Amino acid sequence: MKYVDEYRDGFLARRLSREIKKRLSRPWTIMEICGGQTHNIMKFNLEEVLPGELELVHGPGCPVCVTPLEVLDKAMYIASLPEVIFTSFGDMLRVPGSKQDLLSVKAAGGDVRMVYSPLDAVDLAAQNPDRQVVFLAVGFETTAPPNALAVQQAALRKLKNFSMLTSHVLVPPAMETILSSPSNRIQGFLAAGHVCTVMGYEEYIPIAQKYSIPISITGFEPIDILQGILATVTMLEEGRVEVENQYSRVVKREGNLKAKALIREVFTVCDRKWRGVGTIPMSGYRLSDAYRDFDAVKRFQVASFDANEPDVCIAGEVLQGLKKPFSCPAFSTECTPEHPLGAPMVSTEGTCSAYYRYRKQEHRI
Amino acid sequence: MNNKNVNSDFTLTCPIPISEYERVLLAHGGGGSLSNRLIGDMFVKHFNNDLLNQAHDGAVFKLGNQKLAFTTDSYVVQPIFFPGGNIGDLAINGTVNDLVCCGAKPLYISTGFIIEEGFPMKDLWRVVQSMKTAADKAGVQIVTGDTKVVDKGKGDKIFINTAGIGQVYEGLDINPRNCKAGDIILINGYIADHGVCIMSSRAGLTFETHIQSDSMALNNLLKDMLSVSKNLHVLRDPTRGGIASATNEIAAAANIGIKLFEDKIPIREEVKGACEILGLDPMYIANEGKILVFVPPDEADAVLKIMQQNPAGKSTAVIGEVCTDHKGMVTMETAIGSTRILDMISGEQLPRIC
Repeated sequence: MKYVDEYRDGFLARRLSREIKKRLSRPWTIMEICGGQTHNIMKFNLEEVLPGELELVHGPGCPVCVTPLEVLDKAMYIASLPEVIFTSFGDMLRVPGSKQDLLSVKAAGGDVRMVYSPLDAVDLAAQNPDRQVVFLAVGFETTAPPNALAVQQAALRKLKNFSMLTSHVLVPPAMETILSSPSNRIQGFLAAGHVCTVMGYEEYIPIAQKYSIPISITGFEPIDILQGILATVTMLEEGRVEVENQYSRVVKREGNLKAKALIREVFTVCDRKWRGVGTIPMSGYRLSDAYRDFDAVKRFQVASFDANEPDVCIAGEVLQGLKKPFSCPAFSTECTPEHPLGAPMVSTEGTCSAYYRYRKQEHRI
Repeated sequence: MNNKNVNSDFTLTCPIPISEYERVLLAHGGGGSLSNRLIGDMFVKHFNNDLLNQAHDGAVFKLGNQKLAFTTDSYVVQPIFFPGGNIGDLAINGTVNDLVCCGAKPLYISTGFIIEEGFPMKDLWRVVQSMKTAADKAGVQIVTGDTKVVDKGKGDKIFINTAGIGQVYEGLDINPRNCKAGDIILINGYIADHGVCIMSSRAGLTFETHIQSDSMALNNLLKDMLSVSKNLHVLRDPTRGGIASATNEIAAAANIGIKLFEDKIPIREEVKGACEILGLDPMYIANEGKILVFVPPDEADAVLKIMQQNPAGKSTAVIGEVCTDHKGMVTMETAIGSTRILDMISGEQLPRIC
């Protein structure tokens, strides 16, 4: 299958692995900041083919994991309202809020539905004029264009019964927060390929220069990740601080101009709380003033929620790459995919879930 | 106990098993670990008897000098009509295959209908005709049944339960505990067709190539296998939860390790493509006309060849082996040569798949 098979080729993987080993003259620590990359690193057990001196640290790249507890509690509240059809991508349905998850709300009688596209939610609103349809809009910059399109379409179709609960997050501010932390150990970055497909990679150049960190814009398949690692290791070994584009078959320096224009029209940058990390200034999107009426929080006049994480959950430290899931006392005992205490165990892209699914065996030893 | 000292009524009740869930969730029916917990911790533990505790696809027992197998399954698939079949033939083939996995020749089927008021008669007739065709093809008779109609809105078009009885082949003892290190694992063809077909029908997705359910009865395939081997150790149909769940269950029951080889597992290009687009792992997707066969290494070749000569096994392939490493777990050698753990899925990839 084109664009998949050749990027999962065993022969090429072994060759790249040998190249990386050859280039390495000392230990390096590299972070990837995309849940899809974390997942594939685990799924294909890429660390098995990488030298031990290379440490891969998993960043807050899973938008599901970083959605604040308060947003989830608001989602539960809205989803429980009898007039609401609450729609979401599949992953968000099992993320635990303070007391329950959306699937439990569904089991208790809430109308919670999984959709594959926010435009499906808009269609649902058109088909159900006597119900309020709400879409939970979570994600990095990657999902912002379709979500923006959904709101724009709802406005064009003059739908009064569609709204969005928005919790978008942006990658560059998160990278800066991690890099400016006193405990930072990260020396190189694999940037998220699909985020950059939308946004381009111009905004990463000043970050690379400010923190002297080489960055490789990287795809998701095993070969992409190995190529991205090789590029980053090469820059580190040569003392170069640059941004290189490994994912050039999809990513352009300027990104997708139409998508960016759509985002600028529908969204405005704002401060955003990241679950387990805290508030990062100018790190999220909210609906712009022209589209404020489509904000579900405003539509349903949802009050603020005071949310409390389970004390034992170390999601924050895992998300910042400071600790690995194995260090958590609840990992695979109290906290499992069936009974998650925090978001990284629920989401298929979450670090704890990936470790549980693919590396549980090591934890037992 | 001195009853005079008891000053308030109390009743002794057993605590609700898996009590951390107040309500049943869709995931409890998903075929993964949550399902297994509900079945194991509540149903099996409470109903508790030797036959049930064997945790087989069906119950195998002796009646006089005959060894019989008895199984049941319910069908709630949505949509009820899909490319390659419908809820009716699924209901027949599914129960026939469960009996096959007990090492039995399927004989008699019962069928219970729960029909929602307002369900079109022509759709019911279509389902019933399919059931008869499937039963005839499998050589089984539908000998008894039941019909209920519920108010509109209290069902979802039609639910079907089928139960089946078969006669276990002489000398055959199919049980996960018979697995031995070195056993070869075969599958009779392409995986994930059924689940992807259902998913695409539901999502209204169309692909350039038509993906069809693989629903079919496998009893003739078993007959052929038995003509060359009397030593089949395990048979399992990987329905909900896919190959990953089925192999995990066997590894846990037999306390052995299982190694699978990703590049040996047959999967159609279009199904692979659909899985990539939909973000699904084919190893966890339901199959309805597939069987995993665990056989001693010296008989594997003969079984492979005879299966490939049967229409239900044209694409049979060796996909793995039983080992003594990582007992109770399943690993898979990936396309890039590394090894990954193939864990049991916890929740629900696709609800109401069968």
